[in-house]
Amino acid sequence: MSDSQGPLWEVFVQKKAGQPFVHCGNLHAYDKEMALQNARDLYTRRGEGMSLWVVPTSAIVASSPEDQGSFFEPSNDKVFRHPTFYPMPDVIKHM
Amino acid sequence: MENKNFEDIFESKLAKNEMIEPKDWMPDNYRKHLLRQISQHAHSEIIGMLPEGNWISRAPSLRAKLVLLAKVQDEGGHGLYLYTAAESLGTSRDEMLNALHTSKAKYSSIFNYPTLSWADIGAVGWLVDGAAIMNQVMLQRTSYGPYARAMVRICKEESFHQRQGYEIMTHMAFGTPEQKEMAQDALNRWWFPTLMMFGPPDIESPNSENAMKWRIKRETNDQLRQRFVNQTVEQVEYLGLTVPDKNLKWNEAKKGYDFSEPDWAEFKNVIKGNGPCNKERLEARNKAHNDGEWVREAATVYGKKQMEEYAAA
Repeated sequence: MSDSQGPLWEVFVQKKAGQPFVHCGNLHAYDKEMALQNARDLYTRRGEGMSLWVVPTSAIVASSPEDQGSFFEPSNDKVFRHPTFYPMPDVIKHM
Repeated sequence: MENKNFEDIFESKLAKNEMIEPKDWMPDNYRKHLLRQISQHAHSEIIGMLPEGNWISRAPSLRAKLVLLAKVQDEGGHGLYLYTAAESLGTSRDEMLNALHTSKAKYSSIFNYPTLSWADIGAVGWLVDGAAIMNQVMLQRTSYGPYARAMVRICKEESFHQRQGYEIMTHMAFGTPEQKEMAQDALNRWWFPTLMMFGPPDIESPNSENAMKWRIKRETNDQLRQRFVNQTVEQVEYLGLTVPDKNLKWNEAKKGYDFSEPDWAEFKNVIKGNGPCNKERLEARNKAHNDGEWVREAATVYGKKQMEEYAAA
């Protein structure tokens, strides 16, 4: 069946200045402008955000959850990156 | 062998209450079940705009009109959230819409009943949205990630829907005797169809077992129906109205109400297409879709051009 809906876009909303953009869903649109306007109408009807990103879904490159183990493995054996790795004397209270 | 391994991963995710995401392996029947359920849910949001849209131009005040417009707009939005959730399972919007328009896909049977008076708009928001919320609150923890996230968003927006409906009911029930009578009449007509929204009794529900096993649902049709009745009776009493069920009675032993089952023969008949408004709803939907053909056509051509320019730049 032909697709009459246009390509898919991912929508990210920023709640307040300085905060991260959070993924909130996706939508169809034929171009950037329409994607942005549709995102506004669909995902921010109640002042959910002050800024929006729309990104073509096809442009997103994602790691696969199945490969999670091997993909993130390099950090697993580096416990020395965590502060709790370093024993502190009891008398030192605030560090 | 390979497949068995995938199935183990899937089962262990369910056992740990972890969500299944679009790219995860899932059994074909799980995918099929979700596709059916989510697309039906989406269709219900879209068709659900029709009985209420019927009253936008006749709302009794500007305030009532603004509220109803906002609610109906939300329902359209909810349909869109759900369609994209269903698309993540590997179907297209066009396929789903085609299934709706040719009666291959179902939508909630409740929307095949007419909204005859303004009190019906109150009853729909209060009872129909109330029942939908009860179901959707549970679905916020459903096992399929995109569906669960759509539900969280929908539930947040939905809470005003039920309240605006109940507000209309209070205006009517505490208004003139004629208005109160309209409120009672609306309650009489919507009570049992609303109870049907939770689906057939557990012992006769063909899809329930898998839905529970896969954690798509976490409570059964009968459990949700019982909770809805328990919560709603008090709201009826406040309005000074009467639940149209002579068998409704508090049961101290089960800490809940006993009540009559809806007419399940009627339920089946409405689903089959023989409800009071099935034909009208489908015609209205098809007409809206066909009348919008030129917009989709123009947008597709425009979109293609935009993409070509984008690629050339």
